[in-house]
Amino acid sequence: MDFKELFTIAMGAILINNFIFSQFLGICPFMGVSKSTDTASGMGLAVTFVMGLASAVCWPINHFILEPNGLVFMQTIVYILVIASLVQFIEMFLQKSMPSLYTALGVYLPLITTNCAVLGVVLQNTQNGYGFVSSVVYGVTGGIGFLLAIYLFAAVREKLEFSECPKAFEGFPLALVTAGLLALSFMGFSGLKIFG
Amino acid sequence: MTKVIFALAVLAIMGAIFGAILAFAAKVFAVEKDPREEAIAECLPGANCGGCGFPGCAGYAAAVVAGTAPVNACAAGGEAVSVKIAEIMGVAAGETVKQLAVVHCTGCGIDFSKYNYQGVTDCLAASRLPGGGPLACDFGCLGMGTCEKVCPFDAIHVVNGVAVVDEDKCKACSKCVDACPRHLIALEPYKTKKHVTIPCSSHAKGPVVTKVCTNGCIGCSLCAKACPKEAITMDNFLAKIDYDKCIGCGICAQKCPRGLITVDGVVPEKKPVPPKPAAPAAPKAEVPAEAPKAAEAPAAPAAEEAPKATEEALKAFEKAVADAGEAIKAEESAPAVSGEEAPKAE
Repeated sequence: MDFKELFTIAMGAILINNFIFSQFLGICPFMGVSKSTDTASGMGLAVTFVMGLASAVCWPINHFILEPNGLVFMQTIVYILVIASLVQFIEMFLQKSMPSLYTALGVYLPLITTNCAVLGVVLQNTQNGYGFVSSVVYGVTGGIGFLLAIYLFAAVREKLEFSECPKAFEGFPLALVTAGLLALSFMGFSGLKIFG
Repeated sequence: MTKVIFALAVLAIMGAIFGAILAFAAKVFAVEKDPREEAIAECLPGANCGGCGFPGCAGYAAAVVAGTAPVNACAAGGEAVSVKIAEIMGVAAGETVKQLAVVHCTGCGIDFSKYNYQGVTDCLAASRLPGGGPLACDFGCLGMGTCEKVCPFDAIHVVNGVAVVDEDKCKACSKCVDACPRHLIALEPYKTKKHVTIPCSSHAKGPVVTKVCTNGCIGCSLCAKACPKEAITMDNFLAKIDYDKCIGCGICAQKCPRGLITVDGVVPEKKPVPPKPAAPAAPKAEVPAEAPKAAEAPAAPAAEEAPKATEEALKAFEKAVADAGEAIKAEESAPAVSGEEAPKAE
């Protein structure tokens, strides 16, 4: 569990295997709430938060309940159950104890309940055989990668609002083209090797 | 088979545990909310325009329940909403004075430009350029629709190069007022039966205005002199109406040599000039007709009384005009006055 390994996992999650641009997970909120940088950063923070917590909660469940009983095939459905109740729980907890954070995350928290990026991160934790710390690091940095991607995209879309473009390209078509170009630029990281 | 049952059992147990935790959490973390808050939030328009000065409709609802906001602060909902909120809160609503955003530019200077602008179609961007944008008039509407973009009610549109407010849709949330980089838009209270507006913001001197616009205010102050209630003041070569004093008589619109001042959104047709002095002469003739009679009874100093009588007649006429104005105002002054008093009482 040395620093090198964690750093590799972190850089991999943020840049090289970015959840949106190279794994195409969590595209729905990426397209849906990226109209302004404010909402985008709110969504990104909420996803980071939930991804980290989901990784932390799902690891013990997989390690202590599913694996010993040979129920690994139920991973997906169990994780969905865990994530959904976790998000509900967090929402109630925040509303009571941290109202300011609750209002800041606002409608984004419930939206994440069925976000495939969150499910993706916990499934990948299991597939890659990560330990508890690695799982949490992968979850949080994966969320940061999501935040980076959605914020960049929202900033570009804010500028695009003012541009004149052919009628057929207005709105979503142009956003999709932009997302494609951004993903292309993130391809540049794919050959990156950390620590030889 | 046992494996399937086992798997089902595990899943069911986990589901039950999570359900129990959530049920428990719902009790522990229950946030007590005033039911009135939700009720108020429900009757608000929900556009979150911020016109009330609170962050969104929910913020306003919370402030009303907390007692820090008046029940009639929602400009977008108007009277219908304030009555509903007052019902929930159990207080008198008070009346809201109807307000509308008014663009103080007619766009008649659109043909006069300093240079050809090919940048981003946004007033803010254009106004940062040398000379404050391509328009020759330094106080005119740039017509690039920044106000149009911020309007949450789709109530302001750029028509023929100038922003025009759709009076039916405008809720006076003042988003466009804040957005306009040239500060051309202002909220005006619609108190009087007819609403008089001076749709120009130019503080430039007359000769400058005539070069860049076909009907901009040249600061001649004819309207200020003509106003019977002294509601119009000259502010740096621009006539401004004080809506506390304005009675909506529209005399200023008759006098304006530029055809700028509008009554209910249109420039009124000028009454032909010659009959105009004749019209006021009629009541004048009537009043003195009685006055000399009274003066003739004593009979002696009739010659001396005569000029005095005309003076009195003149005063009487002025009073008549003022009374007529009062009468117009009185028709809707009752709600207007109580509306003014309601916020003061807070």
